[in-house]
Amino acid sequence: MYAYDEIDRTLVNERVSEFRDQVKRRLSGELTEDEFKILRLQNGVYLQLHAYMFRVAIPYGTLATNQLRALAHVARKYDRGYGHFTTRQNIQFNWIKLAELPDALADLAKVGIHAMQTSGNNMRNVTSDQWAGVAPGEIEDPRIWSELIRQHTTLHPEFSFLPRKFKIAITASDHDRAAIKIHDIGLKLIKNEKGETGFEVLVGGGLGRTPFIAKTIKHFVHGRDILSYIEAILRVYNQYGRRDNIYKARIKILVHELGIEKFSREVEEEWQHIRNSSLQIDDEVIEDIRSRFTYPAYEKLPHMPDELRQAAADPEFEAWRKNSVAPHKVQGYSIVTISLKPIGKPPGDATAEQMDALADLADKYSFGEIRVGHEQNLALPHVAKRDLPALWKALDKLGLATPNVNLITDIIACPGLDYCSLANARSIPIAQELTRRFANHELANLIGRLHINISGCINACGHHHVGHIGILGVEKNGEEVYQITIGGRADEGAALGNLIGPGVKFDEVADVIEDVVEAYLALRERPEELFIDTVKRLGVEPFKERVYATR
Amino acid sequence: MTSPLEQKKIKIAGPSVVTANRTWDGIVVYRTAAKSWSADLSEAAIVRNSDDAKALLAESVADDVGAIGPYIAPVQVGVDGKVEPGNLREQIRRTGVTIGQPAQV
Repeated sequence: MYAYDEIDRTLVNERVSEFRDQVKRRLSGELTEDEFKILRLQNGVYLQLHAYMFRVAIPYGTLATNQLRALAHVARKYDRGYGHFTTRQNIQFNWIKLAELPDALADLAKVGIHAMQTSGNNMRNVTSDQWAGVAPGEIEDPRIWSELIRQHTTLHPEFSFLPRKFKIAITASDHDRAAIKIHDIGLKLIKNEKGETGFEVLVGGGLGRTPFIAKTIKHFVHGRDILSYIEAILRVYNQYGRRDNIYKARIKILVHELGIEKFSREVEEEWQHIRNSSLQIDDEVIEDIRSRFTYPAYEKLPHMPDELRQAAADPEFEAWRKNSVAPHKVQGYSIVTISLKPIGKPPGDATAEQMDALADLADKYSFGEIRVGHEQNLALPHVAKRDLPALWKALDKLGLATPNVNLITDIIACPGLDYCSLANARSIPIAQELTRRFANHELANLIGRLHINISGCINACGHHHVGHIGILGVEKNGEEVYQITIGGRADEGAALGNLIGPGVKFDEVADVIEDVVEAYLALRERPEELFIDTVKRLGVEPFKERVYATR
Repeated sequence: MTSPLEQKKIKIAGPSVVTANRTWDGIVVYRTAAKSWSADLSEAAIVRNSDDAKALLAESVADDVGAIGPYIAPVQVGVDGKVEPGNLREQIRRTGVTIGQPAQV
């Protein structure tokens, strides 16, 4: 966990007071909606179909149990008893009243949570690997650097009115769980030949109506220079990024139009002006941040405790363990992913009761820490293996032990037309139906790792472009129509999916996905060949033929 | 459903209303003939041509404190005079999400 200092606490509290005054002036008519809109967006407040939506930041996806309880409290007191975890490690509340928002923010501020820069054309929540600090083989905890960037960019005047929103993600592992290649800036922590810590810097990734995979702009930037290098990128973007056309305003368009070589020359030139300035980071600054991250006092525990050996006889426990439990860097401990994808329920939603109960379980079994992943699941990062059977039983009672992590029913979906004012089609009912179709755990296991991502419009909040199977809802002649892509992925081998054919109607989507999956099962060379690898080997055509032959 | 945020021109093809979200709590409201807002669609002022729609929208936009984001939305008026939303988006705004909200544990 990271402990905020007095500066952070003051900043958050002052922001609440400021927003309370802004809301008061808005409700009295002193501020028009045009004047107020940018202010509310800077505090995470959108207007959606039914109500205001309130997006709360969870920096690099790390939550303490008192913070999760505070989110449960907000869900219960100010909303309708649940929250929705997003693909950028945030949480959204869908039914909040503007008049009550300052109180909700004040309640969150008590535990160091805020909503600053969760919307608007500024630097958004810096995201990271949800297994940061505990993943075996990691270079070092990427949250230290995430926090450095968070501090530097929060309310930074130069980056508060960018051409468009700006997102940074950081990973420190070879396997990218933070989807860095679909971010405006992706940072991969690496060591150079001298053993110094630095970053491979990628730029220009993003989804939306014009998707791009990020390109490497520099193979190694020393850690001490990372702020100046990021600032150089942002300055070039701020100078040349388009403000005349919202659809061409993201940095990915600039990088694409200039070309990565020219863009990198511009950045390099800017960087030379500022790299030896006060932006160069002293070791003490990093050490201070590092010291504010607390790590558990792990016990010396056996690799295979008796409790785990005995529980292995229970096939239901084993199904969950194999699916949801990952190796930890410390012997005797595990990382437990908690599926927020129960069969037939909206992906990523958690009730206030579940949040409270999960906080209790995290206190009991995970040193009081919870993580949020971009796949819209949660994780307990420090669970002793001996506690896994007891934890599983407790999660099962809460409806949080669905053994489907990384399987076909572990679906990413945006809120879609059920909530979102931008959406053209519904996403969540498609996800619900698909989870019912593939509810059989043996079938899901037979299929193996397969990510379905669903977006209800071209803005791609459901990351459909990088789903192994992507589903995009559009509107055609007043009806919901869904375009289906295959072959996308969001990890270190990030790729955009390809369309398999004409769009299909709402009622046909699940049938088509079943056909795609049947085609895969018939086409794969061996059971270990994942869906994404079969698509890579064969391309779209064999799938297209099978799916559309009878349609 | 084409988002009204993408509406460029005011051109209506049938009976329409002006809808928005109430400022203080965000709930869905409709502009009434009495120059007020109502959460009840049956109380909405119905317009049937572009000029009337423009006028109703202009009046609604002017009431910035009452409601935000006003736009013109299609409705269907039955033979009995009953007013129903004219597309899925507006149906969802009127009756709520189609998915059921998470059950309490």
